[in-house]
Amino acid sequence: MDWNLLISQLVNSIQLGLLLFLLASGLTLIFGIMDFINLSHGSFYMMGAYFCGSIVAATGSFFAGIIVGLVGIFFLGALVEWLIARQLYKENHLDHVLVTFGLILVFDALVHIIWGPSGLSIPLPDFLNGQIQLGSLVFPIYRLVIISGGLAVAGILYLLISRTRLGMLIRAGASNRDMVESLGININRLFLFVFALGAAMAGFAGMLIAPITEATIGMGNDIIIIAFVVVIVGGIGSIKGAFYVALMIGFIDTMSRSYLDDFLELLASTAAAETAAPAISAMLVYVLMAVVLAFKPTGLFPPTAGNR
Amino acid sequence: MKQTMRADSVLSIKSLCKNFGGIKATDDVTLSVSRGGIHAVIGPNGAGKTTLIAQLSGQIRPDSGDIEFDGRSILRSGMAQRARAGLARSFQITSVFLEMTILENAMLAVQGAQGHSYRFWAPVHNDHELADIAMDHLMTVGLHHRSERIVSSISHGEQRQLEVAMALAMQPQMLLLDEPMAGMGKEETFRMIEILSLVGAEKTILMVEHDMDAVFSLADQLSVLVNGRVIATDSVAQIRSNPEVQKSYLGGSCVKD
Amino acid sequence: MAKPSGTRSVKVYLGMLFLLGIAPLLFQWTNQPFLLDLLSRGLIIGIAALSLNLILGYGGMISLGHVAYLGIGAYCVGIPAYYDIYDGWIHLSLAIFTCALFALITGAVSLRTKGVYFIMITMAFSQMIYFIFLSLEEYGADDGLVIYARSEFPIWMNMEGAVSLYYWIFGLLILTLFFIHRLVRSRFGRVIIGSKYNDLRMQSLGFNTYGYRLTCYVISAVICGLAGVLLGNFTSFISPEMMSWTRSGELIFMVIIGGAGSLFGPLFGALSFLFLEEALSLITIYWHLIFGGLLIALVLFGKGGIDAWLSKLDK
Repeated sequence: MDWNLLISQLVNSIQLGLLLFLLASGLTLIFGIMDFINLSHGSFYMMGAYFCGSIVAATGSFFAGIIVGLVGIFFLGALVEWLIARQLYKENHLDHVLVTFGLILVFDALVHIIWGPSGLSIPLPDFLNGQIQLGSLVFPIYRLVIISGGLAVAGILYLLISRTRLGMLIRAGASNRDMVESLGININRLFLFVFALGAAMAGFAGMLIAPITEATIGMGNDIIIIAFVVVIVGGIGSIKGAFYVALMIGFIDTMSRSYLDDFLELLASTAAAETAAPAISAMLVYVLMAVVLAFKPTGLFPPTAGNR
Repeated sequence: MKQTMRADSVLSIKSLCKNFGGIKATDDVTLSVSRGGIHAVIGPNGAGKTTLIAQLSGQIRPDSGDIEFDGRSILRSGMAQRARAGLARSFQITSVFLEMTILENAMLAVQGAQGHSYRFWAPVHNDHELADIAMDHLMTVGLHHRSERIVSSISHGEQRQLEVAMALAMQPQMLLLDEPMAGMGKEETFRMIEILSLVGAEKTILMVEHDMDAVFSLADQLSVLVNGRVIATDSVAQIRSNPEVQKSYLGGSCVKD
Repeated sequence: MAKPSGTRSVKVYLGMLFLLGIAPLLFQWTNQPFLLDLLSRGLIIGIAALSLNLILGYGGMISLGHVAYLGIGAYCVGIPAYYDIYDGWIHLSLAIFTCALFALITGAVSLRTKGVYFIMITMAFSQMIYFIFLSLEEYGADDGLVIYARSEFPIWMNMEGAVSLYYWIFGLLILTLFFIHRLVRSRFGRVIIGSKYNDLRMQSLGFNTYGYRLTCYVISAVICGLAGVLLGNFTSFISPEMMSWTRSGELIFMVIIGGAGSLFGPLFGALSFLFLEEALSLITIYWHLIFGGLLIALVLFGKGGIDAWLSKLDK
C-alpha cells in the first residue's frame, strides 16, 4: 500500500468535505429558516470565483481578491434576497424551483457576457504555490490553505451560531419559525442576513477552489447537487449535520474513486473491476442518501424542535 | 337510550397516553363507545380532544395504550386501513376538496370505500356505481340539489354538511366527528343537529364538540376531558348534575366556548 | 379537479394536432427538412413533458429528475446498438423494463418523503444516473455514444426515414395524450388528483395514497422512457449531457409555461420552448439570459401558462 498516496487522498477528501460544508451550511440555513429552495446557490459559488479572479487580476493581490470578493458576494446575495427570494417565501416550492432555475440561467449568461465563454484562471502568490515537506510526505501548500480556510469559517460559524444572540435567533428559526416571528424580531432583516451569509460562504468556497480548477461557467451546477445531498442526509436546518455529513461524503467520494477498483479486484477480474468501480463510486453517495432516508426520512441530525 | 354498561362496545380505548414534549395531551384515557349511540366528548380548549381523535383515526401514534375497534386492536393500522375497516373521520378544519364539485367530493369518498382504485381506464364521471351512492348521501345532508356546485363557492355550513356526507359515503360502522358545528351560525347549527340525529339513528358516532346545546340535544353518553384526562363518563342527565364536572368545566362562563 | 376544457379551446387543440399530423407533407412540399427535424425533436420533448405533467401537474409530485428516464430510454437504444442488436422490440421492452424498475426503486424511497425532500431526492437520483453514464468508459463516458442505425421494426412500421420516424413520434404522442386523458378521469386518476390537493384527507377516506402515487410515478417514467427511445433514434448520438439536472429544470419550465395539470399544455409548452430557443439563438448568443428572465417574470407576474390563456377563449 502506498501510504503517501493514502495520506494525500485523505487530505483531498477533507478538502472536498470542507468545500461541501461551505456550500451546504448556507443551503441548509436557507432551507431550514426560510423554507426556500435555492437551486441557484451554486451560482454564488461561481460568482465568488469570478469576482475574486477579476480583483486579483486588477490588484495583483490574492488576499484583496478574497476580501473584496466576499463583500461583493455578500451584497449580491442580499440583492437577490431583496429583489427576488423575499417575494417567494410564502409561495410554493415549485415557484422556488422555477425562479431559482431562471436565476441560474441569468447568472450563467451574465458571466458569459462579462467574462466571456472561456474560464478565468486565478494565479496564486508564490508563497502559496509551493510544497511543504513533512518527513517523507509532500503537500501542496495551497491545499492546506483551503483546509485551514474551510475550518476557520466552520469555526467562526460555530461561534456565531452558538454564542451570539443572532445565532440564537438563527437556531430558533431553523427549528421553529413561528417562535421567532412571535418574538417581535425584524424577520426580514434576519432572512436577508442569513441569505447573504449563505451566499458569501458559497462564494468563499468558489474562491478557494478556483486557483486549482479555474473559474468556469456552470462550475457550481454539479457540486451543488452533492451539497443538496449533504443537506438532506444531514437534516434540513442542521449546521452540525451539514458539517459531519459533508466530511463523510467528501471521504466516501474521494476514497471510492481512488481505491474502489483495487478493492473490487479482490472480488472480480481486473477488467471487470476497472469497468465497475467508477460507476459504483459514482453511485455510492446517492445510495448512502437512499439508505439514510429509508430509515430516517428527516436526515441524521434533524434540528431539535422545542415544540415536538 | 342505551344506559346499560354491558351494551356491546364498538370502540374501546384502553389507557391511551400521548406526550408532546412533556405535555400530556392524552393522559391515561380509557373510554368505551357502545354500538348505535351518540357519544360526545366535551372539554375546554386544549383538553386534548383533537389529539384524541387524531389517535383514533391513525393520524398520530399514541405512546402507550390500546385502541380496539369492533373487537380487534387497530393500533398498528394506518389511517387508510382504519378508514376501510369502517371508522370514518371528519376534520375540525374543513378539509373537503375545494377545487372539486360537491358530487365529485362525495364520489371520491364512495370510491374510497369500494375496494381498490387501480382502475385506469373507465372515466368516473358516468360511473353510476359511484354517483348514485354519492347522491344518496348528499340527499341525507340536503345537498343533492346543488351537487354540481364547486365546493369553494358554497357556504361554510354547507361544506361542513358535505364533510358529514363524505364520512357517511364511506359506509362506516362508526363516525368520528371533530367539532361538526365549528364556526357555524345558529341556523346552520340547527340544521346540523337535525342531520346528525338522523345519522345517529343508524350509526355509532363519537363526536368532539364545543357547542353544549348541540351536545345536550344529541348525545346519549358524555365524557368530559380536562387536561388530557377523562374526569367523568355518564349519561347526559348525570353529567349535568355531577358536581365535579360542574366545578371544573360546566360551571360559570365556559359553558359556551 | 381537471375541469373539462371549453369547446373552443378543444377545437384549437384538435386543430393543432391535425396540423402536426400533416406537417411532414407541408414541409416536404415546401422543402424544409430543418423544420421537420425541429418539430420531431419538439414532439419527443413534448411527450417527456406530458409524462412529467402526469406526476407534477396532476399528482403534485415535483420531480427535478425526470430527464433521467429520457436518458435511460435513449441508452436502451444505444447500448444494445453498441453490441449490434438493432431489434426495435428489444429496445422498447428494455426501456420499459429499466425505467419501470428504476422508477419503482427510487420512487419507493422518494415518495416516503415530502416537499423539499422529494424535489431534492429526485434530483439527486437523476444525477446519480448521469454520473454512472459519465463513468462508463465502455459506452463512451462523456464523449457519448454514436448509434449507427435506427431500431428495426417490420417494414410497414419502420422508422428509417425522417418522415416515418416523425410518424412514430406522432403516434406515440397521440397514444400518450389519449392515455393520459383517460387516466386522469379514471378512478385511479381521481385518487392521484385528490392526493395532490390533500393527501391526508385522501388517507382518511381510505386510500393508501403511497401505492397510488408510486404507480403513477412508474407509469410516468415509462412514458418518458419511450420518448427516450425515440430521442435516441432521432439524434443517433447520445451522451450523459442529455441527463444533466438542468435539463430536468427545462422540462419543468416547459410544463409550467404550457400549463401544469392541463392535458395539452405541456406539449405546447415544449414546442414553444424549443422554437423560442431556436429563434432567440439566431438573434443572440445570450438567449439564456432572456429565458431566465422570462422564467422569473412568469412566476413573479403571471400564472397559468399557455393553457390558461387559451381557455380565456371560452369566456
